[in-house]
Amino acid sequence: MLPILLIAVLSLLAQLVLPWWSIALVTFAFCLVRSESGKQAFWHSFLGVALVWLGYALLIHIRTDGLMTARMAQLFFKTASPIGLLIVTPLIAGLTAGLSGLAGYLTRTRLALG
Amino acid sequence: MRYLTPTFVVALTVALVVALGRPWGSVPALGPLLSPFTGFWQNAETSSSAEIDMVTAGAQQPITVLFDDLAIPHVFAQNDHDLYFAQGYLTARDRLWQMEFQTYAAAGRLAELVGERAVNLDRFNREIGMVYGAEQAEKAMLSDPDTKLIVEAYSAGVNAWISSLSPAQYPIEYKLLGYKPEPWSSLKCALLLKAMTSTLASGADDLQMSNVRKVFGAAVTNDLFPDYPTREDPIIPPGTTWDFTPVKTPASADSVPMGNPLALNWPEDNPAIGSNNWAVGPQKSATGYPILANDPHLTLSLPSIWYQMQLASPTMNTCGVTLPGSPGMIIGFNKDVAWGVTNVGADVLDFYKIKFKDATRQEYWHGGQWKTVRRRIEVIKIKGQPDLPDTVLYTHHGPIVNQSGVKGFRANIPSGYAARWIAHEPTNEMKAYHILNRAKTYDDYVRALAYYGAPAQNFVFANVAKDIAMSPNGKFPLKWKDQGKFLLDGTNPAHDWQGFIPPAQNPRVKNPPRGFVSSANQFSTDPTYPYYLNWQFAPAERGIRINQRLTAMQHVTADSLRQLQNDLMNLQAKWALPTFLPLIKANLLKADAAKALATLKAWNYQNDTSAIGATLYTEWVRQLTDGIWKDEFDRGDSLLTRLPRFDRTLRLIEREPTAHWFDNVKTPALETLPDVMTSSLQAATDTLTKKLGPFGPAWAWGKHKATSVRHLIPGMDAFSALDIQIGGGNGIVNATTERTGPSWRMVVELGPTPKAYGVYPGGQSGNPGSPYYMNQLETWRKGKLNELLFLPTADTKSARIRNKMIIN
Repeated sequence: MLPILLIAVLSLLAQLVLPWWSIALVTFAFCLVRSESGKQAFWHSFLGVALVWLGYALLIHIRTDGLMTARMAQLFFKTASPIGLLIVTPLIAGLTAGLSGLAGYLTRTRLALG
Repeated sequence: MRYLTPTFVVALTVALVVALGRPWGSVPALGPLLSPFTGFWQNAETSSSAEIDMVTAGAQQPITVLFDDLAIPHVFAQNDHDLYFAQGYLTARDRLWQMEFQTYAAAGRLAELVGERAVNLDRFNREIGMVYGAEQAEKAMLSDPDTKLIVEAYSAGVNAWISSLSPAQYPIEYKLLGYKPEPWSSLKCALLLKAMTSTLASGADDLQMSNVRKVFGAAVTNDLFPDYPTREDPIIPPGTTWDFTPVKTPASADSVPMGNPLALNWPEDNPAIGSNNWAVGPQKSATGYPILANDPHLTLSLPSIWYQMQLASPTMNTCGVTLPGSPGMIIGFNKDVAWGVTNVGADVLDFYKIKFKDATRQEYWHGGQWKTVRRRIEVIKIKGQPDLPDTVLYTHHGPIVNQSGVKGFRANIPSGYAARWIAHEPTNEMKAYHILNRAKTYDDYVRALAYYGAPAQNFVFANVAKDIAMSPNGKFPLKWKDQGKFLLDGTNPAHDWQGFIPPAQNPRVKNPPRGFVSSANQFSTDPTYPYYLNWQFAPAERGIRINQRLTAMQHVTADSLRQLQNDLMNLQAKWALPTFLPLIKANLLKADAAKALATLKAWNYQNDTSAIGATLYTEWVRQLTDGIWKDEFDRGDSLLTRLPRFDRTLRLIEREPTAHWFDNVKTPALETLPDVMTSSLQAATDTLTKKLGPFGPAWAWGKHKATSVRHLIPGMDAFSALDIQIGGGNGIVNATTERTGPSWRMVVELGPTPKAYGVYPGGQSGNPGSPYYMNQLETWRKGKLNELLFLPTADTKSARIRNKMIIN
């Protein structure tokens, strides 16, 4: 649980000042320093970042009565339902972060071996 | 996982980040767009809460802005610089993308944003000289100290807003199209004015008319395309005396037909783009003061065309609507006066056939000598492709248009058409609005109008001193009769524009005996006016209907004028059907056509949403017009012509029922008027059956018309309002068609304290994620109006004030 939480906090802080892809930098660096297996690196990174994106998106969605979400859902999925966007948004962030975390772990093992 | 090398996974991650960070065709970069920190989520807004917002933007003294329940800003500045600064700042805050996008379009720069598909449109705008015209206008506005201050303060305000933005705060359209705002400038303000001129005063059918004359000869052309319609009620009431000595108009020049005109694809006038305005005098109103109304009809779009504001400084306090990107109040009122506009439609765009010396096109023939062609390089930037330079040739008439449309061009006869267009004149419309916004008297109104160039407008006026007035006003070329009805000869100086009508002699009427003034784009004057403005104007139905009703009305209130704005009477159908219906050979009608005939007979001529008669009539007239004229007039693409107006068609049916035009020359039989009436009604019914299914409620006018207000990006349905159930139509006072209609409705009661009402089909915010994006749409659809909050001072208490902003 703790790694997920740490990744979430660190990636959130990074995104306040850096572009969206800072999620990859954070998870790579985090797993380079601290990760036990590839599987864990991937899923901890995935969940940590995806939770932040989902949470923030959901917060905005609820606070604004879903007005913009409905229009964008119409644009992307031809439906007013926000479900699609609320899945895709954390998914792409999670995938990016997960892969990057895995890359961080693999680099760590390679360095340890070398 | 052992087979996964770090290098491979790093590469995969980088590839994913890059793939999500760039656009793919029309799909925007998904990473930044979906990020809740920077993407579309950041564009989601809630109703503003009641709090005081302090911003530092660069004002000279603190500016107080009060926002009402419709998010309309009421600006109180301590000097004029700050007033226009705040206007720029607040307009950009709500409408930045829209105002910038429109200047890109006007400047022929859309391909920069959307790529190759906009290149032809960009070329068109470059070649017609939009930027050249804007540069002339910019010079004019910067050479006057008042307008220089206005345009520079406004631009500074826009730029203060732009520089306060982080990419996460950019309007959603920037994120979708993948670009960022650039600095605003006075040239952009000028470009917006030119865009309006392009919308309202750039239609032309000179070529079509020349072709008609070539095919049918002068006599038939004059008969079918007369210089004054059968049914008309001009804007300046007949009998008004012209209290001036006219200047000498140029002698009619020999306007011989010219051989082989080049193919010239020019947009015709859109008859649905028109407007209504009127003012009733004190003797007709319930208040004893004038009441003024205006509803400009345009192609309805989102973000909304207009932006409501109240602008107050020590020199003025005015309220109404502004155009995003253009400083000042365009339609509105202050405590002393109210004004509004409709389009005039004078002929201010002509084409001259140019004779070049040789294929190098360095010199052209004019007035017995070779004159030098000036070259202007236009570089069209295209997203993802190399720049496309385009050399536009300028004669003293204007730019050579349609150089890129090489169709029909023969290299051994170098030629082309130069466009003489009012938009190239250095006029200063902003000065006119500067005076009008501060006007107190009728004389101020007259003084303001003299500065106004284009697009020419019918300026309606009323004041608290109980005057009402109307003036079709703009810079009008001094022409011989019918000059520019056909293509002109660019070698002959007698065909040139030879000066302008003196502004003081523009048509104008003050306090006419009938007790009201009105305009609806019909003829400006009857033929007694000593100058030529155009041979055709918008059809007169709206104007005649408005005048009928205003004549009958007494004890007029703001609400009775609101009802007139929503009038649904189809006057054209009321004129035509009593003649049309008895001509039908009912026994020949098949299937649903008999039901259609019965429906038309029972129809009350109201274009309301449930009327099937309106659907039938509209489709029938289209088929009938084609049935009568197309067999002779449709020459295919090779020779573009146009059909006579409905007014002439109706006259033909009423007064020349045996005319040869009713025969279809493409069949061996000899068709008569009843034949074409019957077959066109049958065809109309068949077409509607095919489109809407069997005769029934699906044929109702509201469903068939399905009005939409669309976002400025084509195909952006998600940000548009579709299938709006509203009555009206072309030629109806409530002129709401499929795509066009009243873009703003306003009624102002003058008096000790003015009371005003208004609405437009959209909302103050240009952000689709804002609750104010289209919150006024339903009020507009129902034909209702919101009361306009007009505050005497910043300290005035009102329950409608929601929040406050101080701009430092």
